[in-house]
Amino acid sequence: MMKTESILEKILAAGHLAVTSECGPPRGALPDKVREKAEMLRGSVDGINVTDNQTAMVRMSSLAACIIIRQMGLNPILQMVSRDRNRLAMQSDIIGAYSFGIDTMLCLSGDHPRFGDHPMAANVHDIDSVQMLDMVRTMRDEGRFQGGEKLDGPPKMFIGAAANPFADPFELRVARLAKKVNAGVDFIQTQCIYNLDKFELWMQGVRDRGLDEKVAIMAGITPMKSVGMARYMKNKVPGMDVPDEIIKRMAGVPKEKQAEEGIKICVESIQRLKEVKGVRGFHIMAIEWEQKVPEIMERAGLLPRPQV
Amino acid sequence: MITAERKPMEELIAYLRPFRRILLLGCNECVTVCAAGGRKEVGLLSSALQMRFAKEGKPIEIEEITLERQCDPEYVEELVSRIDQADAVMSMACGCGIQEVARRFQDKPVFPAVNTTFMGASERQGVWAERCQGCGNCVLGVTAGVCPIARCSKQLLNGPCGGSTKGKCEVDPDIDCAWQLIWDRLKALGMTEQYEENIPAKDWRTGRGGGPRKIVREDLA
Amino acid sequence: MDKFEPVIVAFCCHYCAYTAADMAGTQRVQYPPSVKVIRVPCAGKVDAIHIMKALEKGADGVMVGGCLEGDCHFREGNTRAAKRVDYVRKLLDDIGFEGERVEMFTASAGMGERFGQIATEFTEKILLLGPNPVKTATSEAAQRAAS
Repeated sequence: MMKTESILEKILAAGHLAVTSECGPPRGALPDKVREKAEMLRGSVDGINVTDNQTAMVRMSSLAACIIIRQMGLNPILQMVSRDRNRLAMQSDIIGAYSFGIDTMLCLSGDHPRFGDHPMAANVHDIDSVQMLDMVRTMRDEGRFQGGEKLDGPPKMFIGAAANPFADPFELRVARLAKKVNAGVDFIQTQCIYNLDKFELWMQGVRDRGLDEKVAIMAGITPMKSVGMARYMKNKVPGMDVPDEIIKRMAGVPKEKQAEEGIKICVESIQRLKEVKGVRGFHIMAIEWEQKVPEIMERAGLLPRPQV
Repeated sequence: MITAERKPMEELIAYLRPFRRILLLGCNECVTVCAAGGRKEVGLLSSALQMRFAKEGKPIEIEEITLERQCDPEYVEELVSRIDQADAVMSMACGCGIQEVARRFQDKPVFPAVNTTFMGASERQGVWAERCQGCGNCVLGVTAGVCPIARCSKQLLNGPCGGSTKGKCEVDPDIDCAWQLIWDRLKALGMTEQYEENIPAKDWRTGRGGGPRKIVREDLA
Repeated sequence: MDKFEPVIVAFCCHYCAYTAADMAGTQRVQYPPSVKVIRVPCAGKVDAIHIMKALEKGADGVMVGGCLEGDCHFREGNTRAAKRVDYVRKLLDDIGFEGERVEMFTASAGMGERFGQIATEFTEKILLLGPNPVKTATSEAAQRAAS
């Protein structure tokens, strides 16, 4: 029983492994940059996430970039953080997005303004990501606004959220997923996975609670470009788990071969994760490396994308 | 207590420069506890200001009075006999006290000596940390006695976010992750099922969102 | 033009610094008469306001003397005094006075020579810094009023 018209929902419902990737909008009114990046992903993925002021740096709005991508005949996924908007603005943007044919979205908290270019800004968080999931589900399934009033023309959004099996405390991370499932999430994209053992441990917990039957989990993957990038992600990015073996592997090849090694590791991870029960797809975050996504998809045996 | 910190000296000096006789007011409650505006701090600031203005060749007279509280009109009334001897008032109390003094003495300039910061508790001698933001609808009963609104950097009611690292907030390693604290308490209390009860979106009207607030006790007013 | 004779107040703890000052006396160690020693039970008894009041009333420099690190008779008095001295130095900088006019020193009871040396060095520093700006301003104002 389909909840929406979303391609992503159709692919998952048909039992295929779904694939999404990501586009970060530009820091300026530069629509062609959006078109360039999205075009690189045409045919390789089922949906394209558009980030929302990622790392708390002002960029073209996710909504605007999604519209541009939709008008290219591609499938954008609206990302919305609770950091920048109150619930009025959120609902307003969601209705607007659906009016442009954007039917898939992700509900997130968002990076703290401290990290970005406007640390002096008010940190809104009128509602959090869990409450946002509940709000969107209510709009879609009950045709009601969060405040309770009737909503004409309900947005039929396929609703996603993020999960981070690698953040602390680990013992909480399955319970947090359960909270999001209770709130109405349809699909999950995880933080990028390098520690496959830990991810499989989390998945075991997820399956033990039957959550894999209630939500489609897509494994997050980010290819490493260099050993420098690997070290940076290990040491400087909160909630990231990069095992030493990855660093060793990247460091073990000469500089000009590291990008290729990164892709290899990426493809190997995908192959291993395909075997993990409950993994229903992949979310490839190749930041500023979108042109590699088709190659990764090809080598991981995920092309051509199924037509539904 | 309400915490505060003394404003930069240059700002205070700029406020006082046009005046000769100053009434410097301390408060015996919150700002005494956080060593920002009690009797001792009044003494130190008075000494520093007198030295500074003497050096400029424009000596200033400072009368030092520390009231029991400045947020109750009865105590502020005690200043009536002294107020005419002053050209201006500088108060080291929190914003509540400063405003009460300003309200009572409409024809005297009243200046803040401190920046009022937050409602908090003492972690240890000399260290005070934010604990409450006065949301007006306390959730401590369901968060095992730790407030996610005041202590979570993103005021998440269904946290933690994905940035929680080794019990600390991604924003600052000195900040405890409030949701780690909540989880630890729930575990200690044997109440971990409580964690999965989603807390619904907050009605901010009981907080600042509804406009400046007032409490009226019919039985007392 | 009067020669600048600094007034330096030295709060010295009974157990160590004061005894060292006393020792300097018995050992006939020379140190400048500008240093006026005030005995306190412990350097930790000296509060920020005592230092400020001394300066406010015209002292050109203030020293606080305690026991050597780890040897305080009252355990932590010397550490607390050091922190308060730092606080006052910062406060003085904030009001445009030289924080160097206030200094913490430590000595043990037998260090008569060291006390003399510290007192001499500090006096020299104060001579270089000049009179307390409060004193200068007050006397200038008095001169203007008289003429």
